[in-house]
Amino acid sequence: MTEPIIKIEDLSIYYGEKRAINQVSMDFCNNEVTAIIGPSGCGKSTLLRSINRMNDFVVGLRNEGKVLYRDKNIYAEDIDESEIRRNIGMVFQKPNPFPKSIYDNITWGPKINGYKEDWEKLVEESLKRAALWDEVKDRLHSSALELSGGQQQRLCIARAIAMRPEVILMDEPCSALDPKATFKIEDLIHELKESYSILIVTHNMQQAARVSDRTAFFYLGDLIEYGPTKQIFELPKKDQTQDYIQGKFG
Amino acid sequence: MQNKTKFFDRSFHYALLVFVLTTLAVTLSVVVVLLNESSGFFAHVNLLDFLFGTKWTPLLEPKSFGILPLICGTFMIVIGAIAFALPVGLAIAIYLSEFASYNSRKRIKPILEVLAGIPTIVYGFFALTFITPLLKNIFPEIQIFNALSGALVVGIMILPMVASLCDDGFRALPPSLREGAYGLGAKPYEVIRHILLPASTSRIAATLILAISRAIGETMAVTLAAGATPNLSFNFLDSIQTMTAYIVQVSLGDTPANSIEYQSSYAVGLVLFIMTFFMNVIGNLVLAKKPLEAM
Repeated sequence: MTEPIIKIEDLSIYYGEKRAINQVSMDFCNNEVTAIIGPSGCGKSTLLRSINRMNDFVVGLRNEGKVLYRDKNIYAEDIDESEIRRNIGMVFQKPNPFPKSIYDNITWGPKINGYKEDWEKLVEESLKRAALWDEVKDRLHSSALELSGGQQQRLCIARAIAMRPEVILMDEPCSALDPKATFKIEDLIHELKESYSILIVTHNMQQAARVSDRTAFFYLGDLIEYGPTKQIFELPKKDQTQDYIQGKFG
Repeated sequence: MQNKTKFFDRSFHYALLVFVLTTLAVTLSVVVVLLNESSGFFAHVNLLDFLFGTKWTPLLEPKSFGILPLICGTFMIVIGAIAFALPVGLAIAIYLSEFASYNSRKRIKPILEVLAGIPTIVYGFFALTFITPLLKNIFPEIQIFNALSGALVVGIMILPMVASLCDDGFRALPPSLREGAYGLGAKPYEVIRHILLPASTSRIAATLILAISRAIGETMAVTLAAGATPNLSFNFLDSIQTMTAYIVQVSLGDTPANSIEYQSSYAVGLVLFIMTFFMNVIGNLVLAKKPLEAM
């Protein structure tokens, strides 16, 4: 295990009275892909969104415990949540490009955050890293909404990369895509882990097995088991994990 | 039994159709009446003199039927009302959709709806007895009846509609759009300015057009606040007359039916109808053009 970049300590998350995450502690490693799996409603998306404070927008949601990014609690009083989100980017379940040109989709984030860049170069690099450059290089100024769903999702990845984050959170990034587009994104995740730490939530166990180095299995808000992906899938220590992986429930 | 159900279904179908046709017939007969009565008017008055004449003195000798002063008065009210209602309405909508908590939203919305339910004549008195004296403190030379007071009161009247339509527009945007923007480290101001406002341009444009339509058609409050002096001056501190206010003046006065003054109100009504008709057509085109919300 390399140096952990994110540490979760005793984190509980409540929606009103209901507890969605139950005293979870775990570390996420630098330059690895960590998959979070579990049946619907197990709290995996809630956990992911707590790591870059996207849960701030959910009315009635409450946290206990700590999320440390580079040893700083991101829920501390003096933390600027936009700075957290600059360093911990996010790709959402449904592709959500802005109703702007492809070019502007990439440059908007860095621009409003005051980056000074060679914009042409940033756009090209980000799109290349997201494996989208060849498909769109001739129409950078046409609307992002004209792209296919898979292309839109890769654009959203490019948009996240353009911020030069350290961590990229992916919340079921392929759930709205067809198998071919899914394959492309999985391929991309493999390449991206050279430069970024990736946390991916997925309900697709094969996907977790294909893309991740480590896998965490959640059930009803509890972290049941966490370890190297190979071990989780081949020799799970807990019965619940085994049952889920063999498709006995889910 | 089977036949009975079928009969019922059919009669239901036709009964509904009758209501639809009635509405169409009413609209159509309004147009026919307008055209019929104005044709009498245009038999006496040259169409070009009517459309481009700069003097409107139908009730005084020498009679002159140039509609421009009335159109000018109407547009002063429209411009003034929009200049007030659009920015304020947008601000309210942004507050309601992006910042207000569920509870404050629940309290503010009904207040806006009450504002929309006040009879227009009450607004007219409000303008005359409250807004105008207030304006007199700022502009001592202002007349008792003046365009500014009329425009402001129409602005207040259309404010609930503008705010609520813009609010609907913002709330119709997918939450994923906001999340995407905040996820890149944006601040609320940047999300509103660069993402939400551009994405709802077509909604705001449609709202604007509906608001203009309402401001053009507004009658009682304007008649009371802005007076009855056809005027091509573009001076907001002066009394003016709008097209609708002229129609009120003729209907309330003792103008004999079928006289040219009487028929002139139909000609004015026809112009009014054509204007609002085109506003609605443009409004629909704008709404159809950019389906950005469909994401």
